[in-house]
Amino acid sequence: MKIIVCLKQVPDTNEVRINQETGTLIRDGVPSIINPDDKNALEEALRIKAAHDCTVTVISMGPPQAKDALKEALAMGADEAILLSDRAFGGSDTWATATVLAAAIEKIGSYDIILCGRQAIDGDTAQVGPEIAEFLNIPQVTYAKKIDFKDGKAIVTRYTETGDYVIESKMPVLLTAIKELNVPRYPTVKGILNAYAPGSDNISVWGIDDLTIDATQIGLKGSPTNVYKSFVPTKSKTNEMIDGLNGKEKAAKLIGKLSDLKLI
Amino acid sequence: MDFKLSEAQEMLKKVARSFAENEVAPIAAEIDKTGRFPRETFEKMTEVMFTGIGTPEAYGGAGGGDTEKVIVVSELAKKCAATAAILSIHTIFAQVIQKYGTEAQKEKYLPQVASGGCLGAFALTEPNAGSDAGAAKTTAVLDGDAYVINGTKCFISGGGQAQFVAVFALTDPTKGLKGLSCIVVEKGTPGFTIGKIEEKMGIHGSETVELIFDNCRVPKENLVGKEGKGFGMAMVALDGARIGVAAQALGIAEGALEESVKYMKTRVQFGKPLTALQGLTWYISDMATKIEAAKWLVYYAAYLKETGQPHTKEAAMAKLNASETARFVTNLALQIHGGYGYMQDYPLERMYRDAKITEIYEGTSEIHKLVISRSVLS
Ligand SMILES: Cc1cc2nc3c(=O)[nH]c(=O)nc-3n(C[C@H](O)[C@H](O)[C@H](O)COP(=O)(O)OP(=O)(O)OC[C@H]3O[C@@H](n4cnc5c(N)ncnc54)[C@H](O)[C@@H]3O)c2cc1C
Ligand SMILES: Cc1cc2nc3c(=O)[nH]c(=O)nc-3n(C[C@H](O)[C@H](O)[C@H](O)COP(=O)(O)OP(=O)(O)OC[C@H]3O[C@@H](n4cnc5c(N)ncnc54)[C@H](O)[C@@H]3O)c2cc1C
Repeated sequence: MKIIVCLKQVPDTNEVRINQETGTLIRDGVPSIINPDDKNALEEALRIKAAHDCTVTVISMGPPQAKDALKEALAMGADEAILLSDRAFGGSDTWATATVLAAAIEKIGSYDIILCGRQAIDGDTAQVGPEIAEFLNIPQVTYAKKIDFKDGKAIVTRYTETGDYVIESKMPVLLTAIKELNVPRYPTVKGILNAYAPGSDNISVWGIDDLTIDATQIGLKGSPTNVYKSFVPTKSKTNEMIDGLNGKEKAAKLIGKLSDLKLI
Repeated sequence: MDFKLSEAQEMLKKVARSFAENEVAPIAAEIDKTGRFPRETFEKMTEVMFTGIGTPEAYGGAGGGDTEKVIVVSELAKKCAATAAILSIHTIFAQVIQKYGTEAQKEKYLPQVASGGCLGAFALTEPNAGSDAGAAKTTAVLDGDAYVINGTKCFISGGGQAQFVAVFALTDPTKGLKGLSCIVVEKGTPGFTIGKIEEKMGIHGSETVELIFDNCRVPKENLVGKEGKGFGMAMVALDGARIGVAAQALGIAEGALEESVKYMKTRVQFGKPLTALQGLTWYISDMATKIEAAKWLVYYAAYLKETGQPHTKEAAMAKLNASETARFVTNLALQIHGGYGYMQDYPLERMYRDAKITEIYEGTSEIHKLVISRSVLS
């Protein structure tokens, strides 16, 4: 089996600061990490690898410093890492990002499972995984919280707010991971030292010339969406104390107010 | 000169920090209260191969050297000095085997302690032989194909949990310290029992015990190095171990500073956060400056050792300075926390107690001054 994991390097903060004028993320001075859901995706790939005979390839589209995320993936146990980096990819939206990732996956070829995170903590769209599946024309199961295999098929438990679905899919299949899927391992000391060993050239870098890709579909120009404006919605909260002689009276008043507000 | 960790070391630091925050910090107060050896943490440290730092991959280790050890031990100590002590002392056993053991001994012991989940211990101290380790009385007399060990070792860290203990005993009692040898004793060997379990001021999670040897027969091949060379081997091992204690002290100090910064930003008195009080900000300056100085001396000693240069003096200086820094910094950090610092709800009370050990074990501060002055005056 061959598993490909899509890893995004993101700023290490849940409160990404945004440049109000350009609407883009302020990345300076914010340490980068592997997107948390993607770590679950990688962990699952490594667990599948431990149980079955397979290889794990990690790919990431991003600037040269995204190599750090790939090194960490190698230290955790991935077999192979590819960085997709080219000026032509800069400014890509989810459509363009998925276009590049899908082209890279096609080039790697003969894959059985593609694992993505559910959602990136900076862009937050949860679109890239499903888009890749569409571009590759393969089935997808999102929000995977359990993955098994039977008779050459993937049996995936898909989490939803209203209940779990158990879905059977033929392979190749694209799955998106949520944090309930597993607890990611720490990279081992040996893994870290080997990933960075002098002379170890263990990350391939692919640019636009390495991929079969329609250049009009990628980068800033090829992106159908544009960030018009980014802002943090202001939340306002007011409260009111309910008085009464005793609990019964207070409860009666509370019920009255709630039904006035049509909440009950 | 390049005061920079490598990229791999930076990543290791990040991983160690996150390990300390997620696996170590949550139980630090509990193991301090109960004095329980955190076996589960040791197992996790085995999984991430902290236990194999300094042991070559060929023997089941993780590779790396003293700098990597300093990074990990100090990150652990920021959250729990006892856990840092467990790891730091554990690695001494492997170092002794690696440096002096035969090929067969390396193949037998190293994989088990580096990645097999077995704890190692180092037993030199005796009731009447502390700083004066050469006054040891424990004997190991050759009888056929075995050494018969008799005597008592005290204050041995992890002695109760260790699978393997490097015991220093006199194979020739007539020769004093020239008769001292190093012998590996395995847990469960008949005649080897655990005596008193010490009740200590700090590092409660790192158990300290008495080891009793009563006609304990150990196969002859467990002798490490040559007969009579034990004292020199112990001194070399302690040079390395001191860098570990220095890293532990550094981590305790760094952790106490981090706690103080956090506290000063949130605690309000006289309508302002404590950071508005100049008297306290100057404490922070002193703490941070001493930590910075301690840090680079520790890394320098580690660098000398792993590049094969003489480091006895620098290791002693690093340990002397870092341990004094840990006491100084935890004292001021506790002071900054006021009454809350004295309460067990905050970690400072524990850190203050834990810091003290770094001035005592693996050689007291006074012994380090002896080592340093001898070297400077020679
Ligand atoms: C509203 C909006 C705002 C944006 N703001 C910015 C911005 O401020 N600055 C900026 O630089 N870009 C921005 N983008 C650009 C860009 O679209 C996304 O960062 C990128 O396309 C991935 O989308 P996402 O972060 O939502 O990922 P999601 O779709 O949430 O990610 C799902 C999964 O897809 C995979 N994946 C996603 N991206 C990559 C990648 N690059 N390499 C490998 N795997 C990947 C991962 O497995 C990930 O877990 C924005 C996009 C949108 C739609
Ligand atoms: C928690 C803990 C864990 C330990 N773990 C281990 C372990 O794993 N293995 C092990 O072998 N040992 C261990 N030890 C022992 C430790 O190394 C000794 O306690 C230490 O070396 C001091 O010896 P001592 O306690 O006998 O003090 P003493 O040697 O009796 O010292 C008493 C005082 O005299 C001073 N002094 C002694 N000689 C001189 C001198 N020549 N010049 C100036 N001052 C001097 C000392 O500095 C000290 O202030 C541990 C101790 C503790 C407390």
